[in-house]
Amino acid sequence: MTARMEKRFADVAAEGRPVLVTYFMGGDPDFDTSLAIMKALPKAGADVIELGMPFSDPMADGPSIQLAGQRSLKGGQTLAKTLELARRFRGEDQHTPIVLMGYYNPIYIYGVDRFLTDALEAGIDGLIVVDLPPEMDDELCIPALKRDINFIRLATPTTDDRRLPKVLENTSGFVYYVSMTGITGSALPDPSLIAGAVQRIKSHTELPVCVGFGVKTAEHARAIGASADGVVVGTAIVNQIASSLTEDGRATDATVPGVEALVKGLSAGVRAARLAAAE
Amino acid sequence: MNEAPKLNSFRAGPDEEGRFGIFGGRFVAETLMPLILDLQDEWNKAKSDPAFKADLDKLGAHYIGRPSPLYFAERLTAELGGAKIYFKREELNHTGSHKINNCIGQILLAKRMGKTRIIAETGAGQHGVASATVAARFGLPCVVYMGATDVERQAPNVFRMKLLGAEVKPVTAGHGTLKDAMNEALRDWVTNVDSTYYLIGTAAGPHPYPEMVRDFQSVIGQEAKEQILAAEGRLPDLVIAAVGGGSNAIGIFHPFLDDEGVKIVGVEAGGKGLEGDEHCASITAGSPGVLHGNRTYLLQDGDGQIKEGHSISAGLDYPGIGPEHAWLNDVGRVEYVPIMDHEALEAFQVLTKLEGIIPALEPSHALAEVIKRAPKMGKDEIILMNLSGRGDKDIFTVGKILGMGQ
Ligand SMILES: Cc1ncc(COP(=O)(O)O)c(C=O)c1O
Repeated sequence: MTARMEKRFADVAAEGRPVLVTYFMGGDPDFDTSLAIMKALPKAGADVIELGMPFSDPMADGPSIQLAGQRSLKGGQTLAKTLELARRFRGEDQHTPIVLMGYYNPIYIYGVDRFLTDALEAGIDGLIVVDLPPEMDDELCIPALKRDINFIRLATPTTDDRRLPKVLENTSGFVYYVSMTGITGSALPDPSLIAGAVQRIKSHTELPVCVGFGVKTAEHARAIGASADGVVVGTAIVNQIASSLTEDGRATDATVPGVEALVKGLSAGVRAARLAAAE
Repeated sequence: MNEAPKLNSFRAGPDEEGRFGIFGGRFVAETLMPLILDLQDEWNKAKSDPAFKADLDKLGAHYIGRPSPLYFAERLTAELGGAKIYFKREELNHTGSHKINNCIGQILLAKRMGKTRIIAETGAGQHGVASATVAARFGLPCVVYMGATDVERQAPNVFRMKLLGAEVKPVTAGHGTLKDAMNEALRDWVTNVDSTYYLIGTAAGPHPYPEMVRDFQSVIGQEAKEQILAAEGRLPDLVIAAVGGGSNAIGIFHPFLDDEGVKIVGVEAGGKGLEGDEHCASITAGSPGVLHGNRTYLLQDGDGQIKEGHSISAGLDYPGIGPEHAWLNDVGRVEYVPIMDHEALEAFQVLTKLEGIIPALEPSHALAEVIKRAPKMGKDEIILMNLSGRGDKDIFTVGKILGMGQ
């Protein structure tokens, strides 16, 4: 586990509250705006940043993140530019862990070795690659772990006790529990079901468990945060960005402040989670 | 049945992990992984279950109409003045193409797995129609994802699917073609894993689909081999098929892969030419990448973003190709060549007028390659072409391009 990731989870745990992980799409709607968004996230209360790498064919994403990827690619975003976003962010924030999230093909085409070298240099702490299950660990997971970059795996409701050890085997950083069988942007299932699943995973691992897919409001963040070590919010942020844009998809004065306001609310939600858990 | 593959066989793949050389594999979201492993188990059991084979054979004979005829195209042969041309007439199957061979096999598996809902992607609509057909036959609800562009250019098939009781969902993302339909089908599958069987229509996708679809389609090549031996007393010199995802091609190729004297050619959609982006020649003009669960040749840019491609034929309008074809190309066993839209259109008309057979635009690509090669071959040589589907679905598209009937 990178020191930065470990420290952040430990520090937040010491505050007795769950971690707030915020996702946005790199380059949405353009490079400069998304750099401003990235810088604003920790200031508004985000503990970990998930930086989306756009892909033309995002098979596990719902309409909101699909559109964000299209805006980003239309604005000329590339994997090199997404790494550049991280590098520029690191220039002023050395403490907030950055996790890159996306699909394998752009990384494969960039070249796995070159990618890992550049990612380390840009201050990346972890990777979430949706279409690389444990069966494909030789592709990127093992090389990443050797370079001390976390490979964060998704566990899902279909990951039963028989399979869980395999999923956890090479996972590091944290475990990302996908709250439902579905794509990003779907409705959040019953928090009590999620709590049970989190407990099940925790009985197999020491790693923190963060829950994502469907967490959209401060109230969700509070309810999920009562049982999980962290909550991941993505589609809500992406929707907030989308709603602030002009008709032809350009950023406005409301784009960055809108994200700030939303994340402040979510941050209040996770900070109330400890109270909720104690109730 | 098949004879056992020889040592150094081209027919031994894939390995346990679903790889053909560097191609293939299982690049899917974790949600789908347990299901794909279950499918593999079930497929392994079914393969060696005589009851499964008996069901398959019975439905093949009485529902699909197998064996499909092998037809000597006498007038086309005379016109071209070279090699003897034989067609494997998959267009005479129930529903009008080879797609039904695979659908019958997979729906029997879906039943064995206790699945209660079928989803499928379709380009030309032939796979959608075949899926809707077997879903009706087995009493399961069926949802077909189809690119919005294809919904328009293959309207007759949309109508057929609806009559068969399937729900057709148009997909507007991207260019609204096969790739986009496949993305949307995968999203549905991830959401409905418990109830739903994803009936993939070509020899692509995550392991075990490429192998499984190939095995269901290999009946084409097995029959053709027996039929040509009966007709000519020897194997063909050249086997040709059009390649979209690659199912009709691998189906006719596979039984011939270890027959040294048989040259094998796959025909990709050259669209409007390979210089720009308006083609679907993944092998001729693409590079290896990872999409839709497997590593294979793809049309992509330098950043690994997948291009849309173009073909006059909706069934070939896909920026990838099945992983076994990618491997067969790299090891040099099969040659892949492009045919342009206009060449396919010409071939379509030639066959219609000379043999009274209206071919689909997909096999019209294979036919255009036959028309190029046959005259250069000796009169004692033999070409076997997979006539994978009939052209009823394409008559409006072609009529419009040719300015007929307005
Ligand atoms: C008649 C026909 N031939 C060929 C194809 C291409 O698919 P494949 O390459 O899987 O055979 C299609 C696809 O729709 C088709 O309808």
